[in-house]
Amino acid sequence: MSSRAISPTRTTGEPGERILRYTLSERVHHWFAALTYIYCLITGLAFWSPYMFWLAALVGGGPTARFWHPWFGLAFAVSVFWMYKMWYGDMATTDADRRWHKAIKHYIENDDQNLPPEGRFNYGQKIFFWLMFYGVILLLISGLGLWFVEDIPWSLRWLRYLSVTIHVTAALATIAGFIIHVYMGTAMVRGGFTSIIRGEVSTAWARTHHRLWYEQVTKGKSTQK
Amino acid sequence: MSQAPTEIVRISGHAGSVPGAGVDREFRVCKLVDTTTCIGCKACEVACLEWNGYPFSETTFNNSYQTMPETAWNYWNLIKFNEHEREDGSMMLLMRKDQCMHCADPGCLEACPADAAIVQYANGIVDFQEANCIGCGYCMTGCPFNIPKFSPDARKVFKCTLCNDRVSVGLEPACIKACPTGCLHFGTKPEMKELAETRAKQLRENYGIEKAGVYDPAGVGGTGVIYVLHDVTNPEAYGGLPKDPHVPWIVRFWKGPAKWIGNLAMLGGIIGVTLHYFRYGPKEVHPVKDGNGGQP
Repeated sequence: MSSRAISPTRTTGEPGERILRYTLSERVHHWFAALTYIYCLITGLAFWSPYMFWLAALVGGGPTARFWHPWFGLAFAVSVFWMYKMWYGDMATTDADRRWHKAIKHYIENDDQNLPPEGRFNYGQKIFFWLMFYGVILLLISGLGLWFVEDIPWSLRWLRYLSVTIHVTAALATIAGFIIHVYMGTAMVRGGFTSIIRGEVSTAWARTHHRLWYEQVTKGKSTQK
Repeated sequence: MSQAPTEIVRISGHAGSVPGAGVDREFRVCKLVDTTTCIGCKACEVACLEWNGYPFSETTFNNSYQTMPETAWNYWNLIKFNEHEREDGSMMLLMRKDQCMHCADPGCLEACPADAAIVQYANGIVDFQEANCIGCGYCMTGCPFNIPKFSPDARKVFKCTLCNDRVSVGLEPACIKACPTGCLHFGTKPEMKELAETRAKQLRENYGIEKAGVYDPAGVGGTGVIYVLHDVTNPEAYGGLPKDPHVPWIVRFWKGPAKWIGNLAMLGGIIGVTLHYFRYGPKEVHPVKDGNGGQP
């Protein structure tokens, strides 16, 4: 594990002691998903509203955006399914989650002293995971209808209408999750952003935000989860 | 057809009335298809291909005279044949020239996300500007008549232009020019509507075709192509002409309220997390060595 010097701050904790939170593979998958999602977000918003059509110019113009959007969407779906394979064991709702959920008001108000301890992922992170997982399934299926609209026979045109409805609804739901996820990962929970890049968190960070996981990985076991 | 720039309103030093004043200049053009005098010769199909420069596609034989099942990206004008059984059991061949209807309320234009890829002119022609088309196919979802068709090679969508290039220089569309029976007419919308109504009345009163009438569907605000049908109560028999076409309500909702609900929700989310940060700020990490370490 790297032992680079990190200056102590109130948000990242003590220097020195570090715990590996995300393996290299997990980080790579996260960022592959993030970049493909952001591409789909930019191009999707361009198709969504004339006031955001200019976004298509950022990635080469409308026809180029239309060509690549489904391919990046496919890549995003594959990466989410990979994350599912990697993380679904960690994403089941536990009793700790249920207790934490009841006290979520304290979490929102940063009154973390009164929060029940959580495992490797808290209930909010799990909700985000399942939102993206089910969201991408809907986006993928409806996206095929939009991708190959000319192959949907006229007699089954209700499939065209259904595809548009599902794609838009699922996309908006994932955008809601995305806004909260980015906000929490960068501004609200300091240390989270560096952990998904370099993989490490301080022991204090782990103990504060994911105490059950902290206790598990520090109890004589390897920190290389 | 548009003559507005040369229309005289006042002239100087002129005794008497202004020449041309009070003339009703109608810009809206219209194609009238009288299915009762169509003989299914397909001259209109050939003329369309010739004028627009497309090769004659391979035909699909399906035990009928019809060239192919539906219009294609490079085959904009197709006569739909239907062997229709009359109430008395006798057979009649219904033939209807299918092409873009040039709706006053075009679903393709409503659904299109690309800036200026679909244009509706004052003369009623709804034209695709392929240079601006991104090939998303939303127009194919918005159209109630199954007209826009995607070209996999060009990755753009094409359809009948009502010969906008000919009409804009005072010529009639190529299909009209080629029709040998005179079942196709071209003129202003009111003229064509009147001619169509006259013909339908003639069919009803002189030929005993009681259900004869004019197809100019109000659901899409009227169309730039109108039909005289033997049985206006059953347009579906004419190769699937919809009885009450309208822009699909899902497309209307998607392009209307859904857009604003979605935009406000996204904006609200961004404002919401910003306000949360202003109010609560970042979470603090509790040092490991401090006694209870944040344990409740």
